[in-house]
Amino acid sequence: MNSRIKSLRKKTRQKEVTVSHERAELVTAFFKTYVSMDESIPVQRALCLKHVLENKKIFIDDNELIVGERGPEPKAVPTYPEICLHSLEDLEILNSRPKVPYKVSEETKAIYKEKIIPFWKGKTIREKIFAAMEDQWIDSFNAGIFTEFQEQRSPGHTAGGELIYQKGFNDLKTDIGHCLGNINFFEDKEALEKQEILKSFDIAADALIAFAERHADELEHMAKDETDSKRKAELENMACVCRRVPARKPETFHEALQYYWFLHVGVITELNPWDAYNPGRFDQNLYPFYKKDIESGILTREEAKEMLCCFWIKFHNHPAPPKVGVTARESNTYVDFCLINLGGVTKDNQDGVNELTYLTLDVIEEMRLLQPSSMIQVSRKNPDRFIRRALKIIATGFGQPSVFNTDAIIQEMILHGKSVEDARKAGASGCVEAGVFGKECYILTGYFNLPKIFEITLYNGWDPRTEKQIGLKTGDPISFEIFDNFFDAYKKQLEHFVNIKIRGNNIIEQINARYMPVPLLSLVTEDCIKNAKDYNQGGARYNTSYIQGVGMGTITDCFSSLKYNVYDKQHISMKTMMEALEKDFEGNDILIHRLDQTPKYGNDDDYADEILKTVFKVFHGLVTKRPNAKGGVFRINLLSTTCHVYFGEITGALPDGRKKGVPVSEGISPVQGADRCGPTAVLKSVAKIDHLKTGGTLLNQKFLPDLFKEKKELQALVHLIRSYFKMDGHHVQFNVVAEETLRDAQKHPENHQDLIVRVAGYSDYFVDLTLALQEEIILRTAHTNF
Amino acid sequence: MLENPYVFKIQRYSIHDGPGIRTTLFFQGCPLSCHWCHNPESQKKSLQTDAEDMDRVAADLMEEIERDLIFYDESGGGVTFSGGEPLCQPKLLFKLLDLCRKKEIHTCLDTSGYTDVKILLKAAEKVDLILYDIKLIDETAHQEYTGESGCLVLDNLKQLSNQRANIRLRFPLIPQMTDTDENIGRIMVFLKENTIYRDIHILPLHKAGEAKYNFLNMKNHMEDIQPPSKERVLNVKEQFESRGFGVAIGG
Repeated sequence: MNSRIKSLRKKTRQKEVTVSHERAELVTAFFKTYVSMDESIPVQRALCLKHVLENKKIFIDDNELIVGERGPEPKAVPTYPEICLHSLEDLEILNSRPKVPYKVSEETKAIYKEKIIPFWKGKTIREKIFAAMEDQWIDSFNAGIFTEFQEQRSPGHTAGGELIYQKGFNDLKTDIGHCLGNINFFEDKEALEKQEILKSFDIAADALIAFAERHADELEHMAKDETDSKRKAELENMACVCRRVPARKPETFHEALQYYWFLHVGVITELNPWDAYNPGRFDQNLYPFYKKDIESGILTREEAKEMLCCFWIKFHNHPAPPKVGVTARESNTYVDFCLINLGGVTKDNQDGVNELTYLTLDVIEEMRLLQPSSMIQVSRKNPDRFIRRALKIIATGFGQPSVFNTDAIIQEMILHGKSVEDARKAGASGCVEAGVFGKECYILTGYFNLPKIFEITLYNGWDPRTEKQIGLKTGDPISFEIFDNFFDAYKKQLEHFVNIKIRGNNIIEQINARYMPVPLLSLVTEDCIKNAKDYNQGGARYNTSYIQGVGMGTITDCFSSLKYNVYDKQHISMKTMMEALEKDFEGNDILIHRLDQTPKYGNDDDYADEILKTVFKVFHGLVTKRPNAKGGVFRINLLSTTCHVYFGEITGALPDGRKKGVPVSEGISPVQGADRCGPTAVLKSVAKIDHLKTGGTLLNQKFLPDLFKEKKELQALVHLIRSYFKMDGHHVQFNVVAEETLRDAQKHPENHQDLIVRVAGYSDYFVDLTLALQEEIILRTAHTNF
Repeated sequence: MLENPYVFKIQRYSIHDGPGIRTTLFFQGCPLSCHWCHNPESQKKSLQTDAEDMDRVAADLMEEIERDLIFYDESGGGVTFSGGEPLCQPKLLFKLLDLCRKKEIHTCLDTSGYTDVKILLKAAEKVDLILYDIKLIDETAHQEYTGESGCLVLDNLKQLSNQRANIRLRFPLIPQMTDTDENIGRIMVFLKENTIYRDIHILPLHKAGEAKYNFLNMKNHMEDIQPPSKERVLNVKEQFESRGFGVAIGG
């Protein structure tokens, strides 16, 4: 790491995260003063973006090579009052909470109080959503049956494809012009709407070009005053780059990175879509530029690396927008889930690992930053040394990169009805969610609490915590004579809540389609221009809505316990079980011990795993292929981020021996500590889920550092991963850390400020995690050396 | 999980007992009582498999072994029979070796070599790779640290080698016991004299099994002995290498 990178890295790590009122103020002023209400909503939104990009502060840091900040300075995070309006109390909580704080200045609070809150109160998407939901939805939401992704952030995954490496914004404007010319005002009843949408795209294109030009102006200005001749030349060169992109198609490695970065900042300034804006298949997109520049002699490997390091710092400068309420609890982190994809296959289905792949892995290892997240795609065609290289980084114990199965992702995409060509360009974004980058609008809609519905079934539709009848009356379980009676009751409850969720989702999608179009994001998402439709209206080539199932391990063990202890072995009666649950197993250690001996998921034991398969089949069947509001369909994912902690908090004691309030299992991992037969048994159990029918599953594995030591251990891990992927496993990620280290970090956080662990789909500083999450990670089974 | 009196533990994802990812079956019973044994629970005498039980036990064990086939195939791994001393239960062992060969599962036998030579030679015909411990050449030391004479172990090794069995030598490196320059020198002389030019795998002492001694209320001879330093392990490696042996550290 050279001195430039060292100092930029130090700066971004030390800089405090603050809330910036800049965007909120500009957006408020725009809608209060400048906008003509005669304009259509899409055009208003595009003009709003243009207003922000033309007026926000331009920040260029000392010695940086890639420019563009969302806020007025690094780590100054804007707010999005048109989506979710922070109250003064919210701001105070953000400012003063001990973990993951966002500092709020008195000036910001005052501006919020005087300008932002009075204008936006009652007009936000969040309020529109809650007002539009039926009572059943609200009750289920409050009970913790599901969460809602769109109540604070705009829909995503947003992820970039290859388009911007082929076309400049001027080319896209030409395409828009053609489409405008082709609108059929004689026969197309949506003609006017299409015209407005295309106009909005065109304005958004101008807005981002103008933003780049402002950077070029500033850079030229700085170059004039610069006395250091080397930096002066850099600034002049950077100014040239900003004059060219995004207006024109990128020609060099530098231009390609800068183009992407302007677009990234643009998309996350337009609104706050989920998971920021993912750069997609990073090494595949950038390699042609790298290769060309190296071959023509205008770039050295070292220069490319330095530029990548600068690029990494830009991601780290952009913490996630501050969340409130339940959403803050389900994912309270600075990480905004941009996931760099490396490896996999090329467009023509060859080994995609190239020189830039390895160079980027070097950057990931050296930078060791929480953001961006990183992953490797592993195809049968990729060499083992590629996996070993990544494992050496994982061994350093920072949870990155995570490991994905390219061959499974491709099959998932094809099963979803995508073309083979598009499927090969797919990847994973966010935590583990598969999609065709740049061509698909695949939005997460909310986590879905499978164990809570089990609890509701136990109580005949009643939620003991909110003291409401929120489910169906499926009968008192004490009256159930056979296990299947109970399972049937669960199925009915599950269907009931899935229906509530899907109905809600479809309304929310229509709210976003109507009130919150995203012209800039649409412009770069194929086929929005061709369809003359916004991303939020179903303009993308593919449109998928996901419900994310949480607690597969817990729900399996609960069913297994009831079946085994109450029905098959008849160790205890349902009545006794219910009494024990109501008392949270208090004074009932003998029962807990017995429940502990029940067959559990994660041990390659078909007694439990057959139940898992059945639960999966039922959940999958209830959701998959139901129509969404954008012309696409619903599907399922199995992941939890940190929501398994929140879902556990609001769920009472369960028959697997889990006490009230304890986190439920995360991702598709077994219940923490329930897997006792080593990693191969876990993988075999987990592979009994039909991964290919999902859009992503998340498996966490914790290993003691011993198992990542030498080449022999690493090669065994390569085989372990390859075997899991042969069984169509979607993804696995590793925590390589000893329990003593984590315990010591709890006692002496000051000594472990740098300790990074894998949470679930992302890495975070251990000391920043809530106590509940810290405990949950410690309780996960650690595979050890024998 | 399955329980029987013949195999006291089944360890999946074993990566230090032969090539690839393996499942290791630990057999109950061992004629030796090495001071550094990390499976002291196995030293208790085992029951002999009765004929009636044999098929059922073997079938159960095969089911466990076959669970990780996909990992064996991917990694070039298989099953390792360890212990205890698997040759204490030749009937069960031979049955399993036959079944594995029929099912094309790679087998390793991890043995002390302290057994009737006929049994050993028969096992050698059925197994793919023998992990053979060579501990101490000096008879008195062998008696002291393992509880039995070493002559049989060394004679058996000669016989196996003459029969051209596939052997991997394993040398447990135990400070103050096997890890003396004298012992190492004598091992090399013994191997040379008998033209046993096999690769040697050095297994440095580890303390993983220690808690078991307390639990079983057995005397732990290793209490005050620390694993050899990295430098020492490399030094021993070099000693073997300088005499022309191929050396690896670990299983």
